[in-house]
Amino acid sequence: MANIYPYGCFTHAVVRSIPESFGKLAEGGEGFETDLAKAQRQMGVLTGALRQKVGLQLIEIPAVSELPESWRIEDIAVIQGDTALITRPFKQQRRAEAEAVRRVLNELKLTVVEMGDEEGGSGGATLEGSDVLFTGKEFFVGISKHTNHRGAEVLADTFKDFAVSTVPVCGGSRLKNICSMGGPDTIIISSGDGAKKTLRVMEQLTDHHYEILSVPEDVAANCIYIRGPSRADYLLHPTAEECPNSVPVSNRGWSVHIVLYERNCALPSQCDLSGEKHAAGINFNYTNECCDTDLCNTAATISSPCWTGAVLSLCSLALLLQLG
Amino acid sequence: MTTEVGSETDVKKEPEKVPEVQQQTESQQTDQPDKAADSADQPSSASADQPQEESQSAEAKSDPEESASPEPSSPPAAGGQKKDKGISRFLPPWLKRQKSLSQDKPESTAPAKQESVEAVKEEHEEASQPKEETDGGGAATASTEQTEEVKEVKEVREESRAEEVQVEEKEKEEEKSIGSADTQPVREEKEGESEVKESEEQKEQEEEKTEEEQVIQQETSVLSALKLNKKMKMVVCHVTLLDGSQFSCEVEKRAKGQYLFFQVCEHLNLMEKDYFGLNFKDNAEQRCWLDPTKEIKRQIRNSQWQFGFSVKFYPPDPSQLTEDITRYLLCLQLRQDIASGRLPCSFVTHALLGSYTLQAELGDHDPEEHRLDYISDFQFAPNQTKELEEKVVELHKSHRGMTPAQADAQFLENAKKLSMYGVDLHHAKDSEGVDIMLGVCSNGLLIYKDRLRINRFAWPKILKISYKRSNFYIKIRPGEAEQFESTVGFKLPNHRAAKRVWKVCVEHHTFFRLVSPEQPTKTKFLTLGSKFRYSGRTQAQTRQASSLIDRPAPYFQRTSSKRISRSLDGAPVVNVSDYSQALTAGAGENGPSLELNSDSKSSQVEVAEKPNTDAAASITSETAFETDKSGPGAPDKKSKLRVQGENIYVRHSNLMLEDLDKTQEDVLKHQASISELKRSFMEATPEPRPSQWDKRLTGSPATTLRLQAQGSLEEELTSLFLSKACFSGLSGSCNITAAPAEASKDSAQPEVPQQTPPRPGTDSRDASKNAEVKPEVNGQPEVIEVVEETVVIEEVVKAKPKSPAPEATVTVNAEHAADVKEERSLSSDSESEEEAEYHAQPPSTSVSTQLIKEEPEEEQEAELTQQAPPSAIEPQPITEAAEAAPAAEEEKPTVQLEEDVHADEPSVTPDEAPNGHAHPDEATPTLNAAAAEEEEPHIVNGSASRVETEHLPQVICCSEPPVVKTEMVTISDTFAAQKTEISTKEVPIVHTETKTITYEAAQLDGNGDGEPGVLMTAQTITSESLCTTTTTHITKTLKGGLSETRIEKRIVITGDSDIDHDQALAQAIKEAKEQHPDMSVTRVVVHKETELAEEDD
Repeated sequence: MANIYPYGCFTHAVVRSIPESFGKLAEGGEGFETDLAKAQRQMGVLTGALRQKVGLQLIEIPAVSELPESWRIEDIAVIQGDTALITRPFKQQRRAEAEAVRRVLNELKLTVVEMGDEEGGSGGATLEGSDVLFTGKEFFVGISKHTNHRGAEVLADTFKDFAVSTVPVCGGSRLKNICSMGGPDTIIISSGDGAKKTLRVMEQLTDHHYEILSVPEDVAANCIYIRGPSRADYLLHPTAEECPNSVPVSNRGWSVHIVLYERNCALPSQCDLSGEKHAAGINFNYTNECCDTDLCNTAATISSPCWTGAVLSLCSLALLLQLG
Repeated sequence: MTTEVGSETDVKKEPEKVPEVQQQTESQQTDQPDKAADSADQPSSASADQPQEESQSAEAKSDPEESASPEPSSPPAAGGQKKDKGISRFLPPWLKRQKSLSQDKPESTAPAKQESVEAVKEEHEEASQPKEETDGGGAATASTEQTEEVKEVKEVREESRAEEVQVEEKEKEEEKSIGSADTQPVREEKEGESEVKESEEQKEQEEEKTEEEQVIQQETSVLSALKLNKKMKMVVCHVTLLDGSQFSCEVEKRAKGQYLFFQVCEHLNLMEKDYFGLNFKDNAEQRCWLDPTKEIKRQIRNSQWQFGFSVKFYPPDPSQLTEDITRYLLCLQLRQDIASGRLPCSFVTHALLGSYTLQAELGDHDPEEHRLDYISDFQFAPNQTKELEEKVVELHKSHRGMTPAQADAQFLENAKKLSMYGVDLHHAKDSEGVDIMLGVCSNGLLIYKDRLRINRFAWPKILKISYKRSNFYIKIRPGEAEQFESTVGFKLPNHRAAKRVWKVCVEHHTFFRLVSPEQPTKTKFLTLGSKFRYSGRTQAQTRQASSLIDRPAPYFQRTSSKRISRSLDGAPVVNVSDYSQALTAGAGENGPSLELNSDSKSSQVEVAEKPNTDAAASITSETAFETDKSGPGAPDKKSKLRVQGENIYVRHSNLMLEDLDKTQEDVLKHQASISELKRSFMEATPEPRPSQWDKRLTGSPATTLRLQAQGSLEEELTSLFLSKACFSGLSGSCNITAAPAEASKDSAQPEVPQQTPPRPGTDSRDASKNAEVKPEVNGQPEVIEVVEETVVIEEVVKAKPKSPAPEATVTVNAEHAADVKEERSLSSDSESEEEAEYHAQPPSTSVSTQLIKEEPEEEQEAELTQQAPPSAIEPQPITEAAEAAPAAEEEKPTVQLEEDVHADEPSVTPDEAPNGHAHPDEATPTLNAAAAEEEEPHIVNGSASRVETEHLPQVICCSEPPVVKTEMVTISDTFAAQKTEISTKEVPIVHTETKTITYEAAQLDGNGDGEPGVLMTAQTITSESLCTTTTTHITKTLKGGLSETRIEKRIVITGDSDIDHDQALAQAIKEAKEQHPDMSVTRVVVHKETELAEEDD
């Protein structure tokens, strides 16, 4: 049903462990040296935050070494309400990741929708969850090298209640890499040129009004907003360490708890990010503190996906219990 | 009346002449309660609405009656209504009448006297009649009688469009005066005073009733419904209601859509009816909305009288609907939409909505009574599965205790969130031929590719909506970084589809975006093409009206359609309690009475114009003025001369409208301010846009213009030729010769379209003259007339992309409300037209500028509008060639012959003569200049002689085409006598085809337009005939303690060179003077536009 609950009311989170083969086939390419231990530790922080601080029921799918990218579980499914769409990733080798996810979602009594046969009407359609931004009112699908129009059409067919708009994603990244939901009706988006272009299109296409929180770095735009079972609002954002400095302050009256989970910072530019945004009613004082450079993982791209994976799973499962 | 009888359209126009005084008095009486200033406005306002409507209807009736039976008592002045179309509502009855008169006069210049006499008679009659119609609120019987009368009238003459308006008005009335407040135009803002107005309305109604009674008595025999019915050919209409039941009712064969719609609403006991509409399937099995303002018969054509009642405007927030019955009907519609798949939604949503449906229809779930199959009668989804049904039942159980109304409300709360809620989809192709869907909704226009939203244009971003042939265009407001607006084109399967989308957009924009229906935007009048506008209430108005609904919640029975068919006796789903019925009956009665005759005309005009796609659409205007002139035998068929715009400003101390007010305030000065119509002109000319809808950018217009300019010379000749045809046709309609002319038109028309490139031809030439005639000199009352004649010549011959058909439009703007002789617009239905434009918003200055920019190359002149009308005039982007019509005509033949290359010459000469404007003629400047100079006197004389013979216009100001240069020459009144003497400061060579000449009388008052006043009211009335379109713009401003009324009259003469523009101008001025003896003509602007139509290669 359409929007019975406000955005962000999640109850479950599905994550997938980091496999031993982590980094081998990562997008970052060969040039990056990844730190498996670091990644696993960060995942641990994330899951801990989701489970203990936010209070979600966490379902962790064991890693499979044959699927080095399987930890990016967000790509594999798009969940809204009690419907889950199993996507068809761009990379052929990633499509095997869906099996475990499908099983879990079925166990959760979700209505699982497949994209269809490779040869069928949806043949050629590719869709990855990290290109899908659900705002609570509508879908935005980033058309990137990972996701094409056909895939977006399948998504639109699956979630008929909502408008599905396609937006361009520049620079070979993914939509969720440059923007995410920072709260109901609030979009956190990078202030990069490509992101600005994407934002313009989004604003052009939407019937709704969103507060825009622009942050100077793409990575900083990678957040998870969760309204936990305790009715407290959480914003998970990618700061290296839990630092009290990065405290979004909301004037709207809901308490915002920031759960910082450790992540690797790939680029120096990430460090000491700070942004200030006054969006109607919300005054964010946003600060990113970079983690200790010693701990940094060279593969910047890796970290964020990991993180986004969690987001997806959260979103998808959130409404499930409520409906039940 | 009798004189006019020749053609229906003509007749209508003519009869409307009504003495201003009478009209004023009438109007004033009704309006009196309000401030004097408001008086003019009031008519538009709620209170005024009813009377107006009534008056209109009455007028409409009268016409038919007159034609049928000369008896004065019969409802007079039907013609005015026709003109008004949508606009008429706003205009006070008297205004309408005036317009009608004005129109009539132009048609029959010679017989004006006779007409005047008749007009007077009519006026009297009209005055009495209007009230009759209004009475509806009170007695049902009376209303019925009125309706009957109306019907009769319709039979006699279906043409009057005003009737449609009236019907709507009736609706308003039915709504129990609620509508009154709603209808009020924005200007009238006095909404706060709505109560007062209501009271006024009541008074008016009473008066009307009394009047009606009188009339009835006079017409006693006629009035009886039975008799009427006998006379009328009745047709049984079958309407499928939302619950699936059938409603049958008899309607007169010529009844308008409104009548049937009101019958249905009455049957349903529906008061918030503005969200709904009737539709029918056309020959192509396409669902079309029944235009309430037009005859049913004409819309459905050969189709069966089978209609569907459905939601037309989906309220974005159904919770704001006042009555449960309205929500219930909306629920029924949405159930249909969902079951048919038109409104896609997910499984969960299907289940949830279905459960609310069950709760509303069946009440609480009863385990004993409700077995699993109890829901099998309902269809919740296109593909209903057992699983879905189980889910529905499960959810149904959770709704225990919910009342039907609550269940409906919940249903709507969930349904409204669906992305496709209220989106009207149309198949189309984008510029690249890719299949897309156009979705029209309350927020704007959505573009879908497959199921994905790929673009969205909110209403605020849309400047103009237009269609041409099978292309649909939207002009987009420039973004922050963009300098020019862009135009996006879409390809529809066919012309009808394009028009359908356009109409839907116009309606949705008006309903959801505007506070009140678009006031008669003058500009639009001028525009070629469909005049269609949404004339009903806007959402804001209907909400306001709804808030005034004061009746116990009507009882109605919820029943699923299936259930009805089975269990119920097939009785209509909705049962109205006696009490409610009584109420509804009362309301309904009014409605029917209001309905008027449908109009049927203007098709001819359209056809003629069609040759030039652009021109065709816009041109529709007809000749208010006589187009007696036989074309100079212009050689070329293709080109047409378009004289646009005669603006006559009449300023005088006593304005009829203001009289009431004046008594209080003693306002000596009335200035008529008119702003006008630059836009209209601009628009009138076919837009230069590329024929290929593919092109999204408008930037190209300049090039097109250039091309056109070049072709202009050749075109001129052609234009003349065409003009003849047109005129002849006109005359024929009026009198005799028409037949051959028409034939020629017909033959020519088909050809033209082909030849003309898809792109709207830009007007090659615009010559505008502004001549101010001071009555004083002549001994006449001070009358300043501004006549704008625009002659557009288009040549098909040339390969150039331009395809504008030359049109000559003379617009006379009389500032008097009274000035408007006739407003009868024969405007052809949009249906016939191939093109139409709709400005989503009042044209922004930016737009105008852009337009101007574009044109400059081709047209240098044409910016008269800016000078003349302060406010309203919107720049019309298209080429505006304002040339003194007469001059242009005269010159053209000679000049053109001499100079083939420069078509501009003709236009130039006229311009030069009056103003000596510099017309930059790029090519053959010398020749042109010389010719122009020589000609100038002629032109002046000619125009003066013809036009001025009666009136001595004084040329005060000459302005050149706005774009290139604007020169103002001010000549004191004394000069007026000698037109020839006017020295041309500059004799520029003009390539442009647009000339504007402004004659301004010295302002006695010294009240310049410059003084900012408080705008109290503004009204625009437009009437159309075959060859002319008369737009009267009345603005009322309060300066200091003085109220000023300015009447701007724009007469657009569309025709070939054959038309004697001078004569037409003279006539227009004369008529204006006659009509408004107490006003003076302050300004006459002649805008002559010559378009060269080039064929598409």
